[in-house]
Amino acid sequence: MIPVTSARSLQEAFDVLARRTPGLRVLAGGTDLMVAVNARIGLERIGHVLDIWRVPELRGVTWHDGTLRIGALTTYTDLMRSELIRERLPALGMVSREVGAWAIQNRGTIGGNVCNASPAGDTLPLLLAAEARFVLGGPRGERAVAADQFFLAYRKTALGADELLLRIEVPVSGRLVYRKVGTRKAQSVSRVILAACRGPAGVRIGAGCVAPIPLRCRHAEAAAGSGGDARAALERDITPIDDVRATALYRSRVAGNVLVRLLEAL
Amino acid sequence: MKQIELEPGAVGRSPPRKDGADKVTGRARYLDDLTFPGQLWGRTVRSHVAHGRIRGIAWDPRFDWSDVVRVTAADIPGENIVHLIEDDQPMLAHDVVRHREEPIALVACADREKLEEALGHVKVDIEELLPVLDPLQSTHVFKKYRIEQGSIEEAFARAHRIVEGTYRVGHQEQMYIEPQAICALPREDGGVTIYGSMQCPFYVHRAMERLLKLDGSHIAVIQVVTGGGFGGKEDYPSVIAGHAALLARKAGRPVKMVYKREEDVAATTKRHPAVMKYRSAVAADGALLGLEADIVMDGGAYVTLSPVVASRGVLHAAGAYRWPHARIDCRVVMTHTPPNGAFRGFGVPQTMFAVETQMEKIAHELGMDPLELRRKNALQLGDVLPTGQKLTSSVSAREVLDAAAARSDYARKRAAYSRLNDVHKRRGIGLSLALHGAGFTGSGEVKLKARAGVELTERGARVLSISTDIGQGTITAFAQMAADALGIPVDDVEVADPDTSRMPDSGPTVASRTIMVVGGTVTKAAQAMARILQSFAAETWGASTVECVSGVFRAGGRALAPFAAVARRYLAERGPLVCIEQYQHPPGIEWDDKAFRGDAYPCYAWAACAVEVEVDLDTYEVSLLDVLQVADAGKAVHPVLAEGQVEGGTVQALGYALLEEHFWSAKGQLLNTRMQNYLIPTALDVPVVRTVLLENPYPSGPYGAKGLGELPMDGPAPAVAAAVLHAIGRLVPELPLSPDRVMRALENAS
Amino acid sequence: MKFTVNGEERAVEVAPLKRLLDVLREDLGLTGTKEGCGEGECGACSVLVDGELVDSCLVPICQVEGAQVLTVEGIAPSGQLTPLQRAFVERGGAQCGICTPGMVVAAHCFLASGQPSTNEAVREAIAGNLCRCTGYTKIVEAIQEAAGGAGSAGEKAGRGFGCVYVDGDGDGDGNVARSRGT
Repeated sequence: MIPVTSARSLQEAFDVLARRTPGLRVLAGGTDLMVAVNARIGLERIGHVLDIWRVPELRGVTWHDGTLRIGALTTYTDLMRSELIRERLPALGMVSREVGAWAIQNRGTIGGNVCNASPAGDTLPLLLAAEARFVLGGPRGERAVAADQFFLAYRKTALGADELLLRIEVPVSGRLVYRKVGTRKAQSVSRVILAACRGPAGVRIGAGCVAPIPLRCRHAEAAAGSGGDARAALERDITPIDDVRATALYRSRVAGNVLVRLLEAL
Repeated sequence: MKQIELEPGAVGRSPPRKDGADKVTGRARYLDDLTFPGQLWGRTVRSHVAHGRIRGIAWDPRFDWSDVVRVTAADIPGENIVHLIEDDQPMLAHDVVRHREEPIALVACADREKLEEALGHVKVDIEELLPVLDPLQSTHVFKKYRIEQGSIEEAFARAHRIVEGTYRVGHQEQMYIEPQAICALPREDGGVTIYGSMQCPFYVHRAMERLLKLDGSHIAVIQVVTGGGFGGKEDYPSVIAGHAALLARKAGRPVKMVYKREEDVAATTKRHPAVMKYRSAVAADGALLGLEADIVMDGGAYVTLSPVVASRGVLHAAGAYRWPHARIDCRVVMTHTPPNGAFRGFGVPQTMFAVETQMEKIAHELGMDPLELRRKNALQLGDVLPTGQKLTSSVSAREVLDAAAARSDYARKRAAYSRLNDVHKRRGIGLSLALHGAGFTGSGEVKLKARAGVELTERGARVLSISTDIGQGTITAFAQMAADALGIPVDDVEVADPDTSRMPDSGPTVASRTIMVVGGTVTKAAQAMARILQSFAAETWGASTVECVSGVFRAGGRALAPFAAVARRYLAERGPLVCIEQYQHPPGIEWDDKAFRGDAYPCYAWAACAVEVEVDLDTYEVSLLDVLQVADAGKAVHPVLAEGQVEGGTVQALGYALLEEHFWSAKGQLLNTRMQNYLIPTALDVPVVRTVLLENPYPSGPYGAKGLGELPMDGPAPAVAAAVLHAIGRLVPELPLSPDRVMRALENAS
Repeated sequence: MKFTVNGEERAVEVAPLKRLLDVLREDLGLTGTKEGCGEGECGACSVLVDGELVDSCLVPICQVEGAQVLTVEGIAPSGQLTPLQRAFVERGGAQCGICTPGMVVAAHCFLASGQPSTNEAVREAIAGNLCRCTGYTKIVEAIQEAAGGAGSAGEKAGRGFGCVYVDGDGDGDGNVARSRGT
C-alpha cells in the first residue's frame, strides 16, 4: 500500500517535501497519476504520494500589476469560468475547453499540465508564447523559472525534488492565438498544437507535439519578426516523429499550415 | 408512398423497452456487478511473442503460490480446443504459440492484488520463430471461394473502359463499453455453470462439452445483461469461459474473469482486414458489364469464423448492382496475429467499401454523376445475382437510393459544392448503396434448425429463446411479436433469461437473424399456442370461432373471458403448455454449398447513405456536416429500436471511416490498446444521424420483417470516401480516411 | 474516510489511493457505476462529487473526505423514474445500458446547470461519455426532451423521418403486402 499524505496547507506540503522521500509523487486532480495507478505502471517506483488537492494557497486566479497569477491547482473548468481569464487571456480558457471533456476539465489542473511536461500538454505552447513564469516553492523558499527554461528534456523539468509549482505568472501584453489539432473532437490528445503571441518585443511562438519537449520556435519567431518565411524557418525548430497519432511528415506540414494562419490572425 | 394505418397490436409501435427502467437506474446487473460466494479472480498468462515454441513455464519459487490456483494445458480433461468450426485453436497453447497474447497458463486467487503480483512472477520461455504478419505474403489459406458468372474475358473484350482499383481496410475493434466478463461455477455433479456477457450461449455450452469432457446436461450457460457485443462476444466468450471453467474446476470454487480494457483490446477478436483488387468492365453509357475481383482477408492465427466472414464478404462483393459477368475470388489467410472474428457486418463493410468506392471511381473516369451510375445499374426485382439467385421479392435498391438523394438535397449540393472556392476548406457530398443478406449464409439455417417458442403463464406467456439481448432490444421485440400473435398486451409477455439448460437452441445472436429467423419462429409458436387456447376456450365456453383480441377471448361480438382466466383454467385442467417451433426456410430457397451457387440468403435488406463533409485544408481533417441513412428491413417491429440500429451502426461505420485504426509493431505487437489511443466517435465527432425507415415487406418474414442489425454498418464508410472525393477531387482508397491519408492524397498527383 | 453518498453518510477504511469507483462498487455495494476503461476516457464511471461531474476511476478516495457524492442510484431514490430517465427509456437512449448510468449522471448535471439544451451544448456535455450502441442521436433527444423541448428556437435534435411505406408487392395499389406473422 502506497503511503499518502493529504496536505491541508502549503506548510504541511513543504514539510513532506523537506523529508526528500525517494520516489515522491505529487497528486493533484489525478487525471495523470491515477491513470498510471490504474494501469499499475511504475507503482514500485512510487515511494510516497503527496496529495495537494486541498491546499488552499494553490488555488485562485488573480490580477496583479499587469500580470495574471494562476494558482497551480486551477482546473480547466476554473479557467473556463474565470472572468479574469476571459478578459485578459481568453485563449487559455478556450484551450481548456478542448482538453478531454467535462469530467476531465473539472479535475485536471494547469499545474499538473505543466509539471507532467508532456510534449503534448495543451496549455504549454500558450504559456511559452505568452512568456509565462513558473513560480516554484518549497522548504528552501520560492523562485521563478521562465517557461522556456522549465522544460529540459522529455518529461523532465527544472522542478527540484523538494519543490512544488505554486503558481503560473503570465505577463499579459499582446494577443494570444492558438490552434489545437487533436485526434478527434473531444477526449483527444493533440497531434500538433501551436500558439503565437504578438508582444512588445515581437512575435513569440510555442509548439507542442513536434519535439521531445514543448518549445519556443526561435527560428520561426525571428523570421516572423523580420518578415521572412516563418513556415520554412519553423522546419529548423521542430523535430517531429511518427507515432500512433500522426506521422512526422503530417506534423511538419500541419505545423507549417497552422503557423501561417496564426500569424495572419495576429 | 402512402401512409398506412397501423393495425391494433404492439408490432409496429414503440413500447418502452422492457429492460429500460433497470438500465437507467443502475439496477441492471452486469457480470462484474455480481458477486459469487467464495469466488476467486482469474487472470491469463499470455505469449509475448508472435510465433514461437514454448520451452517451459517458470513459476518463481520465491513467490508464495499456496493460495494461487495454476492451470496449464496439462489440466484439460477433454480436448484442448476452442470448439467452433475447425477446432484448430487451442484453449491453452502448449507447444507452439501463434500470436502475441495467446493464452498459455491461468492463475486464480481470492486476493485480487496478490493475483496481479503473481502475474509478475511467472515467465514463459519461448524460442522465437519468424512470424508471418503480412496477409499478402501468407501461403496458409484457411478458405477460399470463387463466384463466377458468364465470361469475364468477354466483358473485358467488349468494354468501353476498364476501371481498376485496390482498396484496403484494416482491423476494427468492437470496443463494447463492457469488457469481456465471465464467471464459472463448479457444480456438484462435476459439471459447470457459466454466467457471462455473451451473444451465443450454446457456442459456449458446446465448447465446454468438448473442453471439459462433459455431457451437455451437466452444463448450464446463462447470459447476464450484456454491455454490447457487436460480434466481439460471438465466439470469444468460449475462450474466456473455458479459462474460467478450468480454473473453477481445479479450485473447486467459482472463478470470475473480467478483462481490463487493454487486455481485451490486445487479445480478443477484431474485424478482418482486407486488400481488395477490383477490375470492372463498363460500357460507354455507364452500364456495368463485368466485375473481376480478388480479395484477401487476414484471418489472424486460427480459423475461428473466417470461412463464414469470407463467404459473406465475397457474396456481397458485387454490391447492389447488376453484373452480367463476374469472377470474384476471395481467400482468407493465416497471419501470426490474434485471430480475427465477427464484427457487425461480418465481411460486408469490407467488400462494400471496395465495390462502392469502385463505383465512385467508375463514375469519375466516365465523367458521370455517381448517383446516375448507381441508378442505372441498381438491382431490381427479377434481376439475377452472380451466384445465380433471382431476386423475387422485397428489393428496394432504387427506392432507398432515391430517398437518400432527395432527403440529403444531393443534386443541389453536388453542384453547389463543386463551385465553392475556399482555399482553406472544401465541402463535399457523397452517396452509397448497400445490401445485406438476412439470416445465416447458405445452408446455415438449414443445418442449425433453430428452435424457440413460448410457455403459457398465469398472466400471459413467456418467450423461450436462447437469443440474447445485447442492447438491440431482443427482449422487447420478441414480447411484441408473441403478444400480437396471442392477441394480448405486450406487458403480459415476458422473456426468459437465456439459459442453455432451460430452452432449446435457436442459434447465435448474429447474422441479422434474430427478428427474422428466431422472432419468426417465436411468432409461429405463439400462433400455435393461440390456436390451442382458442379451441380450449371454444370447448370450455361453448362457442365456435373464438379469437383473442386485446387480451380478451371473444366469440363473434361476445366477450368470453380474459386471457388470464383462460390461461389459469388451461393450466389447472391440462397442465403446462409449451409450444416450440423449428425454423424452416420458406419454399424455393435452394443453395449448393459445394458449387457455391444459388440463394445465399432468403432475402436482402437495402440501405443508402448520404454524407456531407468539410475537409480542412490546413489540417486535412474531415468533419461530418450531415449524415443520413435510408434503410429497408421489411418491417420495423419496433421503430425506435429499428432507428437505434440504424443510428448506432452508422456511427460505428463513421468511426471505421474516419477514426478507428490499429497500429502494429514489426514483431506483431498491437501498439494501441487503450481507449485513449484507439478512438471511437464521441458525441461531438458525429452529427445527428438522420434515419428513414422504409418498409418493403418480405412476404416470408414475420410481419414482413427482414434483418436490420448489420445493414447500417455497410454504407457509411464508402459514402464518406465519396464525399471526400467530391470535396478534394482525390480518391482515398483506404480506411480510415485519416488526416495523414488525406494529406498524402492531396500531395500526390492524382 | 467519511463522506456522503446519495444523501447518506458513509464511512470506509481503505487505502487512500483506492479509486472512488471501487469504493462505491465494492465497499458500498453500489454497482450502478461502471468501469469501461480505467483511464478517464469512456465516462462509464461518471459520478458527481460536490456537484461536479468526475470520472470516479480517476478520483482517489483520500480526496473525497467530507464530500457529497451522487451516483446513478441517487438520481431517483424513491424508485420513480425522473423525466430524464423516462425519456431515455422511451426514446431509445439506452440500448445495452452499460454507458447509461454515467450518461444519466452527466445529463442530470447538465440539466441542473440550466444551460440551453441545444444540440451542440448537449453533445459537449456528454462528450466524455462514450456510447458504442446508440450513435448518440437518441441520447441527445432524450436529454432535450427532459429539458423541456429543444434548446434554441426552432432547433430540434433532428428526429428521423419516421416510417414510410413502400408499395412492395408491386401490384400498384399502394398497399403493402401485409401478413400477421408468417
